[in-house]
Amino acid sequence: MMKRSAIILLTFAIAAGTSSLTAQTVTSGLRGPTPLNDEGPAPPMLPNRNTSEREVRNYPEQPPVIPHSIDGYQVDLNGNKCLSCHARARTAESQAPMVSITHFMDRDGQFLGSVSPRRFFCTECHVPQNTANPPVSNDFIDIDTLLSRASPGGRR
Amino acid sequence: MTTTADEPEVKRGFIARCWVFARELWQVLTRPSSVFALGTLVLAGFVAGVIFWGGFNTALEITNTEKFCTGCHEMKDNVYAELKSTVHFTNRSGVRATCPDCHVPHNWTDKIARKMQASKEVWGKIFGTIDTREKFQDHRLELAAHEWARFKANDSLECRNCHSADSMDITKQSPRASVAHQRFLFTKEKTCIDCHKGIAHQLPDMRGVPGWQ
Repeated sequence: MMKRSAIILLTFAIAAGTSSLTAQTVTSGLRGPTPLNDEGPAPPMLPNRNTSEREVRNYPEQPPVIPHSIDGYQVDLNGNKCLSCHARARTAESQAPMVSITHFMDRDGQFLGSVSPRRFFCTECHVPQNTANPPVSNDFIDIDTLLSRASPGGRR
Repeated sequence: MTTTADEPEVKRGFIARCWVFARELWQVLTRPSSVFALGTLVLAGFVAGVIFWGGFNTALEITNTEKFCTGCHEMKDNVYAELKSTVHFTNRSGVRATCPDCHVPHNWTDKIARKMQASKEVWGKIFGTIDTREKFQDHRLELAAHEWARFKANDSLECRNCHSADSMDITKQSPRASVAHQRFLFTKEKTCIDCHKGIAHQLPDMRGVPGWQ
């Protein structure tokens, strides 16, 4: 008797649980108020940041992000639009930062005369930045902030 | 003309017969008309002139449409297909450039000169110079170099038919574009094509092209 009433109770509980699940709209920061079994409207595409001002790197090894639009830039076997400003010989005219010397290095650490083939495809590491607000916040702090934090024993 | 060879002087070669016909025609044309009134002749000449001139211009304009250009698969599958993904085909305001907007001069004399040059393209079509993608890729640098040279020589006139340096609002441009246009375009140090290569079609092998690696 005790067992049966427990099963009935459990059944009701599960039924109530599922109905409340389907009734309420699950609000999630990422997918919005669209029910789980529907596909919501795609968010509008936002323009890329196009300030042409260098952005701070979060850590020294970070590939600098591209602070301008690169729509339609051809980077393939035939040519590299990025290098028509960022190549060593082009920087006087373009006033763009030169590709770093590490890009001239092959995998054995030998410096080549021009950009190494393995570093030719810029957008493998360097990417333009969008103006969208990130849907998930990021609590990354850089090393300078970490080091300047007041530690329990006082700043060293 | 009889071919039964009764009179031996009638049996003449084709060129000789043409020559006789031309001489007779010349005699008719150089004598005053004895049948038609002067007014009829003037009017007929006027009407014929309108028809010929109108027909010529209409035919010229038909060859100056994107439909005509993309009638050949060489254009449709290569350069037109590449244009479709660029800003000159699809953009926010829906204003677009068609083939002749960039590749045929707009004023009449230059247009006729370009059309005469294009007779070589007819030759290329007939003999299949670029009738496969591979052949087109092999010729891409040569073809692109022709267009770059033409734009360089006429100070990118076809660009400027739409993009006027005087009407450019550099405050609406990105900082990078604004600086570059003030330094190079407004000072006339460079012309559009010097920097804006490969904006409507894919680039050929750019090794050796000034400003490229």
